Amino acid sequence: MAARISSRRLVQSSLTHVVLILLSVVFLGPFFWLVSTSLKVLPETVSTHPIWIPKHLEWHNYKDAFMFDSDRLGYIPFLYYTRNTIILCWLTVVGTVFSNALAAYGFARLKWRGREIFFVITLATMMVPFPVVMVPLYTLFRSMGWIGTLRPLWVPAFFGSAFNIFLLRQFFRGIPFELSEAATIDGASEWLIFRTVVVPLAKPALAVVALFTFLGTWTDFFGPLIYLVQQKTFTLSLGLQFYQSQDAGTHWNLLMAATTIVILPLIVLFFFTQKLLIQGIALTGLKG
Amino acid sequence: MTHAQKQERNGWLFVSPWVVGFIGFLAYPVVASLYYSFCDYSVLKKPVFTGFDNFIQLAHDEVFWTSLKNTAYFSVFFLPLSLIVTLGLAMLLNAKVRGMAFYRTIFYLPSLVPMVATAVLFLWVFNAEHGLVNGLFASVGINGPGWLTDPAWTKFTIILLSLWGAGNTMIIYLAGLQEVPQSLYEAAEIDGARAWQKTKAVTLPMISPVILFNMVMGIIGAIQMFTAPFIMFPSGTPAHSTYFFAAYLYDSAFRFHNMGYACAMGWIMFVLILVLTLLSMRLSEKHVYYGGS
Repeated sequence: MAARISSRRLVQSSLTHVVLILLSVVFLGPFFWLVSTSLKVLPETVSTHPIWIPKHLEWHNYKDAFMFDSDRLGYIPFLYYTRNTIILCWLTVVGTVFSNALAAYGFARLKWRGREIFFVITLATMMVPFPVVMVPLYTLFRSMGWIGTLRPLWVPAFFGSAFNIFLLRQFFRGIPFELSEAATIDGASEWLIFRTVVVPLAKPALAVVALFTFLGTWTDFFGPLIYLVQQKTFTLSLGLQFYQSQDAGTHWNLLMAATTIVILPLIVLFFFTQKLLIQGIALTGLKG
Repeated sequence: MTHAQKQERNGWLFVSPWVVGFIGFLAYPVVASLYYSFCDYSVLKKPVFTGFDNFIQLAHDEVFWTSLKNTAYFSVFFLPLSLIVTLGLAMLLNAKVRGMAFYRTIFYLPSLVPMVATAVLFLWVFNAEHGLVNGLFASVGINGPGWLTDPAWTKFTIILLSLWGAGNTMIIYLAGLQEVPQSLYEAAEIDGARAWQKTKAVTLPMISPVILFNMVMGIIGAIQMFTAPFIMFPSGTPAHSTYFFAAYLYDSAFRFHNMGYACAMGWIMFVLILVLTLLSMRLSEKHVYYGGS
């Protein structure tokens, strides 16, 4: 009896493994094709039979991708894209963490008139899709002379956002209020309590917000598409499309090299923050 | 100042950045957008109130209906498919076999890839002549379809792309599955339940709120689908088969400079999302189990 059960288990678990491995191949296939193409010479990319592994690994494709000359636009300033993306991500993450931590603290740990109703309104704003506010925001930034700069993309981050306020408020409320009370009796100001009691204890939640914001900003396409005008101010995800060519054949090997460069930092980051990220996603799904 | 007064003042101080953001970047744009939707407005000229003109014009705009139909077609096929596939994957990833962390990473990895990069990559993988997929088909003697050029296949290509990157939905399911008390499965086993019966009687009811959540998020995302078709199929080529609602909205605003028209579309989108969200919550009321609370 016991032998039968364990052999059934064995069959079951090996079946599961087979299915998982097959699916893994499907999921990894495009990645493999990406890296493989990025290391090919151009004729190899257009061969009639798929070439899995290039005869010779053309590592200089990565260097060439940085110096790519497009028939439509001339030289593609990939290094500018990279710099702009890093600056934008940095400013957005700092602004988002700071402004939302403040607002969430106000909602979670202080009593003031209008708090409940304002919080409900804040939650309700999460339903508004971006296209509704897109035109007036564009007009607003245009009247400030901000179109063509990175400002429309990062300045709003310093003024809070409903989803992050919600996420942080939940966490802040879970921190024992006795800690604040004790600090108040000792004469600490609210700002001091925020900085030295609540923020240090809320680090995991703040890290989740920072991580989500970073990923969101790095991958954002729509915002940069609307607000940016000149090649030199573009971000990576906006600039990537210019490697495609409408008329002449696309340099698929260089395009794939550039794509790899855009994706790689995200994958590296993922391996360092895996647990935090997964917990964060699960949290938004189960508690939100 | 008393303690209560201090809290009153500090409360507003702490939320003050958000008050500014709320008014400047949300409340004002919402009100302005509502007004513009009743105006003839290009950025260069002042808005002129025209009543319901934009909405009447939309009702007669064939491109608008095409974009709406395309979006509906995509949503109707993609949503059920993604809800089932990602749940299936999550259940697989919840099995107790060795090396699970490794598999989970692999299945999640594609959703880390920026949409633009995914779109560019799929342009290449599904390239009719030199792409990986048709290359594989050719090696077993099948002539693969024009994934990117045949209007009958283009939407399906976008559905495949979206499934590849649906890792977030999968992770949310997985988290839901892990919350299901093991004791329920043990009880079902004692009653002699088979795998399928356990799924139907224990798993599905227990994760029904998660299914609903994923469905609502899926609806919101599908209606706003933009980046992948925008990159892969400029102007909805071929034959407008991939011209989606959000793309037409973007084009109206920033290519045709018809800002009032775009705002009207924005509001239609908002109302659609609201109605569909409320509808799915209402219709699922009897089927969603919220535990003790």
